Amino acid sequence: MSLRSPLGRVLGTGSARAGTGHFWQQRLSAAALVVLGLWFALALPAVVAAGQGALRAWLAAPVNSTLLILLVAALAWHSSLGVQVVIEDYVHGPLAKLVSLVANRFAHVGAAAAAAFAILRIAFGAMA
Amino acid sequence: MTPADRRPLSPHLSIYRWPVTMTLSILHRVSGVALSSGLVALAWWLAAASGDAAGYRAVVAFFGSMPGQLLLFGWSAAFFFHLANGVRHLVWDLGYGFEIRQANASAWFVIALTVLLTVGYWVLA
Repeated sequence: MSLRSPLGRVLGTGSARAGTGHFWQQRLSAAALVVLGLWFALALPAVVAAGQGALRAWLAAPVNSTLLILLVAALAWHSSLGVQVVIEDYVHGPLAKLVSLVANRFAHVGAAAAAAFAILRIAFGAMA
Repeated sequence: MTPADRRPLSPHLSIYRWPVTMTLSILHRVSGVALSSGLVALAWWLAAASGDAAGYRAVVAFFGSMPGQLLLFGWSAAFFFHLANGVRHLVWDLGYGFEIRQANASAWFVIALTVLLTVGYWVLA
């Protein structure tokens, strides 16, 4: 037995059953970014001032490469979810919205992959 | 028209006298989008660091220039604001701080903390 009204069933609108997933992923990535973001912000000035060689040595330390990959992953996921909501709010044409949403996801995965590859390249000691 | 279209609407934004909480609400979105562009800069910087010295020098030179410094300052301010206001949102998600007086107080606290952290970061770093 369904509790939906006949009209509600005909209109076919309602929960896509995916809303809480977006909500939770946004919050969990936010909680991770509080820790990872502060760690990165505190480490950044000294690392930048030390020059490329020292930056690479810092990045190659396992704890730093691991934390930085986690930061990039959490940042890209959190950012992707956030920009998705902005697009859903402001882009109204069905095609423009679809294209924007796909472009948003592709751009975030691309940026995250480029950043992660650079970190691993340094961590595994490839010479330029 | 379906019955859904004829439902009464709640008053829209323009009805209200603009409170500080609305400024923070839109700034959270603006700073979030700004930080999204920072992800591209982060990837660019890391890719350059993994490459040759000339390429890395070019990135460092750009971020040392006036536009580069302005971008970095903007991203740092956006970061500290989004961080502080994000924690404010997480507290709301736990069910606390919804009274108007509390929301206004936490809004001003976030603004003060953002200024303090951003200025402190650039003075000390």
